[in-house]
Amino acid sequence: MTLLNHYFSVFLQGFGYTLLASLIALVGSLILGTLFAIMQVTTSKVARTIGNIYVQVFRNIPLLIITLFFYLAVAKVIKMTGFTAGTIALMLYTSAFIAESVRAGILSIDPGQMEGARANGLTFWQAMRVIVLPQAFRVAIPSLGNQFINLVKNSSILAFVGGLDLMYQGNLVAASSFDTFTTYIIIAIFYLVITLPLSYYVQYLETQLKKKA
Amino acid sequence: MSEFFNAFTGANLNYLLGGLGITVGVSTISVVLSLLFGSIVGIIQFEKIPYFSSLVGTLNNIVRNLPLLLIIFFTYFALPQLGFRLPIFWSTVAAMTFFESAMLAEIVRGGLEAVDRGQFEGARANGLSNMQTMMHIVLPQAYKKMIPPIISQLISLVKDTSLASGIVLAEMTYRGQIVYAQNTNYIVPVLLVLTVVYFLLNYGLSLLAKWFDKRLA
Repeated sequence: MTLLNHYFSVFLQGFGYTLLASLIALVGSLILGTLFAIMQVTTSKVARTIGNIYVQVFRNIPLLIITLFFYLAVAKVIKMTGFTAGTIALMLYTSAFIAESVRAGILSIDPGQMEGARANGLTFWQAMRVIVLPQAFRVAIPSLGNQFINLVKNSSILAFVGGLDLMYQGNLVAASSFDTFTTYIIIAIFYLVITLPLSYYVQYLETQLKKKA
Repeated sequence: MSEFFNAFTGANLNYLLGGLGITVGVSTISVVLSLLFGSIVGIIQFEKIPYFSSLVGTLNNIVRNLPLLLIIFFTYFALPQLGFRLPIFWSTVAAMTFFESAMLAEIVRGGLEAVDRGQFEGARANGLSNMQTMMHIVLPQAYKKMIPPIISQLISLVKDTSLASGIVLAEMTYRGQIVYAQNTNYIVPVLLVLTVVYFLLNYGLSLLAKWFDKRLA
């Protein structure tokens, strides 16, 4: 308890950076992921191939490699902090998983919806935006929720590049207080404050969706 | 540019690929152990034993919602404080098994719930005990459906072993860091090699999962 009191502001700062990185990466990966999901369902072979390659590459390599690439290689050309490099890597990595969720959502929507919208004079993008995507997102919400939980957990990767997040601050506190055990337990509780309610909410949404089906 | 290709010496590549053995070793042992523990936890959750099942379910949820990196650090740096010290390889395996068992328990529970109730009733009506029903009738059917998601979990395990470079386990990513520490011009080539190796391994596994998915459907 004294440890928590003594280092509370440090933990809180880490918690703030973890939240910030997660939110930025969430918004970015939702936009990117949706874009790549749409690319994968278009009729253009080029767009489909690019979308596929992007998703397969980012899904199959460790987040740490992407993070190190931005922190060590890209940061040499474009100056950026560990926090920025980590958040960009987190965003790109998560966007591949979000693309898969959204694509599954789009494919679950009756193709008649798109055909009907097109027949009524909407362009592909209008039909996508107004008719297909809103329905697809409703289906994809539980799996998107799980991706967000993973995103928050994965944000601990920032600790590798001095990203000031919860894990990073935890390691500092552990090193200076010598009470590694208590420090990590406190860090765990801070993470659970974000992820546990989200996970129960996602489970609730899943049962709701099953009831409707 | 010549510096770029200088990184690909036989010694460097050999050293990196030696790390691949540790990466694959940690992942394989962890996934086998997790399957065992995950099945036990999954069955407990499925059986709905009063209080006990919901307690196990809650603990399972807590573990699943923690970052794996935290669990790896905890196992290696915090447990020795309680007098529980493991060598680095087994410490990583323990952390991964602990986390992955919780993930697989969810898959096992989902797989069991997908098995038709009639299978239980039929087996029980034919005189099999609860345990026999589970072992001979229900689990084999459930596992068949679970193969693709289990392979997906193996893919995340292979990727996540890179986190163990944080506690200085000499797996592939850590060895990469050692190689480019000699010369900063090696950073991009080394990361490229790591990307290609991880990609080939995991993409191969994902094709295998897809193949099973098609065959079992």
